[in-house]
Amino acid sequence: MRHTLSVSVENRPGVLARVAGLFKRRGFNIESLAVNITQDPTTSRMTIVVDGEEAMIEQIGKQLNKLIEVIKVADYTFTSTLERELALVKVEATPQTRREILDLTHIFRATVVDVAENSLIVEITGDVEKIDAFVNLVRPYGIKEIVRTGKIVMARGMQSL
Amino acid sequence: MRMTAAKALVECLKREGVEVVFGYPGGAVLPLYDVLYDEKEIKHVLVRHEQGAAHAADGYARATGKVGVCIATSGPGATNLVTGITTAYMDSSPIVAITGQVRREILGKDSFQEADISGITMPITKHNYLVKDPDMLPYIVKEAFYIAKTGRPGPVLIDLPVDVQAAEIDYQPVEKVSLRSYRPVYEGNIKQVLKAVEAIKEAEKPVLFVGGGCINSGASEEVLILAERCQIPVVHSLMGKGTIPEEHPLSLGLLGMHGTVSANLAVSECDLLIAIGARFSDRSTGKVSTFATMAQVIHIDIDPAEIGKNVKAHIPIVGDAKRVLQQILAHIEPKEHPSWIKRVQEWKEKHPMKYREEGEVIKPQKVVEAIWHLTKGEAVIVTEVGQNQMWAAQFYKTKYPRQFITSGGLGTMGFGLPASIGVQIGCPDALVFDIAGDGSIQMNIQELATAVQQRLPIKIAILNNGYLGMVRQWQELFWRRRYSFVQITAPDFLLLAQAYGCRGIRVEKSSEIEEAIKKALEVKDRPCLIDFRIAPEEKVLPMVPAGGSIDKMLVD
Repeated sequence: MRHTLSVSVENRPGVLARVAGLFKRRGFNIESLAVNITQDPTTSRMTIVVDGEEAMIEQIGKQLNKLIEVIKVADYTFTSTLERELALVKVEATPQTRREILDLTHIFRATVVDVAENSLIVEITGDVEKIDAFVNLVRPYGIKEIVRTGKIVMARGMQSL
Repeated sequence: MRMTAAKALVECLKREGVEVVFGYPGGAVLPLYDVLYDEKEIKHVLVRHEQGAAHAADGYARATGKVGVCIATSGPGATNLVTGITTAYMDSSPIVAITGQVRREILGKDSFQEADISGITMPITKHNYLVKDPDMLPYIVKEAFYIAKTGRPGPVLIDLPVDVQAAEIDYQPVEKVSLRSYRPVYEGNIKQVLKAVEAIKEAEKPVLFVGGGCINSGASEEVLILAERCQIPVVHSLMGKGTIPEEHPLSLGLLGMHGTVSANLAVSECDLLIAIGARFSDRSTGKVSTFATMAQVIHIDIDPAEIGKNVKAHIPIVGDAKRVLQQILAHIEPKEHPSWIKRVQEWKEKHPMKYREEGEVIKPQKVVEAIWHLTKGEAVIVTEVGQNQMWAAQFYKTKYPRQFITSGGLGTMGFGLPASIGVQIGCPDALVFDIAGDGSIQMNIQELATAVQQRLPIKIAILNNGYLGMVRQWQELFWRRRYSFVQITAPDFLLLAQAYGCRGIRVEKSSEIEEAIKKALEVKDRPCLIDFRIAPEEKVLPMVPAGGSIDKMLVD
């Protein structure tokens, strides 16, 4: 099963390498990873999506906690969360197809952020499924390039990590 | 006070109580060595290879319980430490490794003698540092020692660019460490402790399984009280050897691949297994799915990641072995299980460790037994890795914690001699015996020069069978006697001993074993090496084939 781990770490060089190295050497596979600074400039927050059985995920959490620079690890898989991913999608767009792509973009509340003669760049945010759905719908027009961020999550309500 | 960071480093080391460092100078540690040149309070031991420095620091740490320190220069000096650091990491031994690094300006440019040692050692250290800001050095040293020795101990590496060492800083002693992300738990959760107490009360066939954590936390007394009060037989992992005296009636000895029949059968039949500071390594458990299947498992460990990693724990308790045992003892009433004890004693009597004598052929087990007799069981035994290590573990019955020093987790050949140097320097009055093989000893033989230079009266018993014996044993048993590249030649150890300035003795007859050991015991001013020409194809038995169930042992 796919799990989403939220990990707060010291905002220092090398921390990402420690976390990534740990996944590699213990044989865990990272599906997606997002990391950036938080409200506290000394702390970074990592959101790591990893697929595995319960016992393995528990072991990952414990091993992460052993890293000196890891402050806290939470498994948000069963928590009510808000999750977002962002994607930039460069779609081929001829004068004939441009209108249709724009319509799809509006339906998905995405934004066109760049327009060129034969292409558009659409910026879309949402959960993984929403972005997948959008990508599938514009695929027939010809996708030149997709860049997606890792997923970020936040617990709903007052709860925080 | 204004001083160079190198000088401040040495001040910090002194504040941490460091009395000795094991090291090897080089270009990138020149500022540090210039300070050490005048240093009176810290002794520097010059090794012959940096791997020896790491093992010596490790041996020192294991024998004394203090943090061992080793120093190497950048690049090859630093990478030579890697095996030693990994050895310490696998066996939870507290060492601090200090490496030189190229100056900050040329870091990352493939400079001369540059190696990314903080990158390289990330997976084999508890933590490591690359110091870029000289002002931070005193804090880092304080943290490094704190991390190395607290919680589950382990190695910490500090990589110091040469210009950082030379930089002037305003040195103020650092008194306290505060790490929001590192807070080891020592006290056991009381609910869990009470569950364990209840389980011990109800058990009819309990077994205590003690590991290296009992040695590290100094839990021997508590283990013994619990064992005696509730009449619980005790088995140990290789790292737990020495937790309680092995001649104690409740001690069943080593568990696992080369363990005793009684230990393996007791664990296989017990209804409660109380594992303390043991990590259920594959060498202890054999096939996990058939390991202690009848037992409820109480697992006490300071490292939460060990609990449930290899064997499911029904009652996990995170905490320090000594502290948690004290908590348990506060609630536990005396108990007896006469029929269980009787059964276990029967196994013990029926299946002692044994070997067959064959005239004047030297049996390695007999050598170890003789060492045991003649040292009255009081020597600190250091081992290399392989058959020599297992015979030492099986036939030298220890009395005290920290008396048996061996590379358990990593199984590092070449560990014994340099580790003995650390042990002897940490415990000058101890009688130190390195039990070695002819293969292993050749891996760090250069450290004889270090031992001679330091005038250390280490005894080295080489169980010389002309083979890489453990590999040969596996080939004999599992690879149709195809002895692929295990015949190993060695120099004439007598001439070698002489060349290095050690005493050397050769023993070729079984009847000469004792006399040779006695002679070696008389040597007080230098190492003494004894070359025992043992039966070439002697096997370590009992043996549980890798991945097999521990109740299915090859005995003959």
